Amino acid sequence: MSESVRSILWLIPLLPFLAFVAIVLFTNQNKKVSAGVEIGAMSLSWLISWLAVIIAIWNPHQIVEHPLILSFPWFPAGQTVYQGGMIIDIPSAAMLIMVPSLITLISIYSIGYMEGDPRYSRFFAYMALFATGMLGLVIADNLLMFFIFWEIMGLCSYLLIGFWFEKKSAYQAGLKAFLTTRIGDVILMAGMVMLYAYSGSLTFREIFSAANLEHLASLQLAVPIAGSVPVAVVLAVLIFWGAIGKSAQFPLHVWLPDAMEGPTPVSALIHAATMVSAGVFLVLRTFPLFYVVAEGNNGAMHFVAFIGTFTALFAASIAVAQFDIKRVLAYSTISQLGYMFAALGIGAYYAAIFHLLMHSFFKALLFLASGSVIHGLEHAHHHLEHEGHHEELWLPFDPNDMRFMGGLLRKMPVTAWTFIAGGLSLSGFPLLFSGFWSKDAILGSAWSTEHLVVFWTLATAAFFTAFYTTRQICMSFCGKPRTAMAAHANESPGTMTTPLVLIAIAAVAGGWFGIPKSFPAIGRLVNDPFHHFIAPYMMFLHLEAAPEPFYVGPLLVSFSVVLGGIFFGWLIYGWRPMKAGDPDPLEQPLGPLWTILNHKYWLDELYSATVIAFAIWLAKALALFDKVVIDGIVNGVGYLARVVARWLHSFFDGVIIEGIVNGVATISNWFGQWMRQIQTGQVQNYLFAILLTLVILLGADLFII
Amino acid sequence: MIPLSWYLIVAALLFVIGFYGALSRRNAIAILMSIELMLNAVNINFLAFWRYLTPEDMAGQVFAIIAITVAAAEAAVGLALVIAIYRSRDTVSVDEVDLLKG
Repeated sequence: MSESVRSILWLIPLLPFLAFVAIVLFTNQNKKVSAGVEIGAMSLSWLISWLAVIIAIWNPHQIVEHPLILSFPWFPAGQTVYQGGMIIDIPSAAMLIMVPSLITLISIYSIGYMEGDPRYSRFFAYMALFATGMLGLVIADNLLMFFIFWEIMGLCSYLLIGFWFEKKSAYQAGLKAFLTTRIGDVILMAGMVMLYAYSGSLTFREIFSAANLEHLASLQLAVPIAGSVPVAVVLAVLIFWGAIGKSAQFPLHVWLPDAMEGPTPVSALIHAATMVSAGVFLVLRTFPLFYVVAEGNNGAMHFVAFIGTFTALFAASIAVAQFDIKRVLAYSTISQLGYMFAALGIGAYYAAIFHLLMHSFFKALLFLASGSVIHGLEHAHHHLEHEGHHEELWLPFDPNDMRFMGGLLRKMPVTAWTFIAGGLSLSGFPLLFSGFWSKDAILGSAWSTEHLVVFWTLATAAFFTAFYTTRQICMSFCGKPRTAMAAHANESPGTMTTPLVLIAIAAVAGGWFGIPKSFPAIGRLVNDPFHHFIAPYMMFLHLEAAPEPFYVGPLLVSFSVVLGGIFFGWLIYGWRPMKAGDPDPLEQPLGPLWTILNHKYWLDELYSATVIAFAIWLAKALALFDKVVIDGIVNGVGYLARVVARWLHSFFDGVIIEGIVNGVATISNWFGQWMRQIQTGQVQNYLFAILLTLVILLGADLFII
Repeated sequence: MIPLSWYLIVAALLFVIGFYGALSRRNAIAILMSIELMLNAVNINFLAFWRYLTPEDMAGQVFAIIAITVAAAEAAVGLALVIAIYRSRDTVSVDEVDLLKG
């Protein structure tokens, strides 16, 4: 069984790629067939992936010792041949639980959501290409392939954010995402090149062999400011920058909120569930490099922990003061990814991977549900426009703006309840919802490893998370409809609600597989299968794999911040719901703080004023240089050439050359004129000339010689 | 016996007279006749030199006979040319025959 699955591993990324090619080349005229091809290919890929996952879950110890590796010679690199390959080990199997299933379900959801779009087939082609990138990245067994698939995803992200490129904001957002992540990618590539230079391989198993890690940890490298640093730490920091870009961590987070310009299934899939978690997965993959120096107590880990923790709180605070339903979720995604990095930074490998999976499910769910809301509002808007008798239609209308919603609980019950399920998971509502268990794992690890700053910052962020989620739920679904659109919204079609319900089940119940065994009462019930799955790999990496003991402290903190956040959220937004045209109830009391949060700490403006302004200034300066110096040289050379040419033409050619030519002709002519006089045609003259010559020659013969 | 130089003087005079005629006469027939004179002056030289210098050889006589033959042929061709010119241009005056004038 495992042997046959091993031999078809390459089909996992190839099937979606074939679907992409088929849609682009053959079926793009037929929308239904295009969608069918993509979903069919994804379903097959899902099946194969889960076969691999089942093998991995069946015997994790076996898979850690002997992972399924399908390796092939790729290209000659100098003296050696670079080996490409695919691997199923614990991290990739864990990701394969989530990635293909979500891609397939979100594709099915897109059938309904993208209905009537003129570029329907193209959308599914891009989705298929994206699936190639994500699946390939997950099962890549070396950093180069990982990076290639990473960039394919970057391309798809760019294409899908700018999918509605008629809108200026959409294509600008695509460009912004592409360029911002590029910063991280370039640094990641530098790390990759350095890694290859130091270890002569990019295959994970070879880089992370004990000998090579020892080698990387013992070598010292002089770094400006920091002084002498082990190579492993430098490499880890460089690689982490790739993750900062891809996972939208501070300071490269600015692209993710703008990426919400893309269609909502894209936001759910790429910008919440899969691609942005690829940054976390990169750190998970290369974790030995982070961990090897001083057992994780080194600069790189501190850096990761700092960025993660800071981003978690920073983004959560911004999310409190946003009105766009998708932007709130985007900041929430940034914040939750921050949680994962914080967990990695304090060495909580298990908590990070657990939260990654849980977050993917509930965040995808939240996005899909919000997409369903937007879909409902847009359709109501079209409908009313068709009827054409509502004065409100003349007002500026944004289907993403939560101030235009309200009272949708009764209009769109399935959407609303699934959104609430996702929201409670995100806030970490105790015991029942998955987010509680994964977030609790991170908080518990921070507590037990005595990273108290991290612990309290994350706890504060958790409070904010619960608060803004409740705010979002109350603003969108509670109270009375604030616009005619909200009042006329209808539930979305079955292709959209079915995936919603399926993902909602996964999002709520997924956490139950990770309930720690030490948890009172229910801990014994489920036996913590997820930890059993991950633990062998952590032992393989020489990490502390024993399950966390039970602590009351973090649990109480977790309970109180979550329930407190939900309570305050309900108190402010739910108890007395907003009416149409009301300002946000927090706007008045928070004052300038609200303005700061609402403007996202003016970070976009800061970047525009500094980095982007500098780039534009540089471009203009270079353009000026081009215009003045380069053009000057080119034009000068041209002018000089013309002057020389004119001189050559008028003097050299006109006087000397023509003089010679004409002179030769004139002389010939003149000589000919002179000579022709001899040619009289009179035979007697010739005879006389003969006589004369004879006389002269004879005379000369006789008298001179 | 008459010395050799006398024959040579006669031959030279005859040649010069012929040459003068060829240069000064305008009539093509007259020029042909002058050329005959020059040829005959040459024949006299042949015979005189043969008779006085190498009487045992026949070379001089043979040369003279060849020269007479050539002269006859020349006269025939020349007269034919003159007649042809006369037919096309109505003249035998060499002054008026200058088609090769440059």
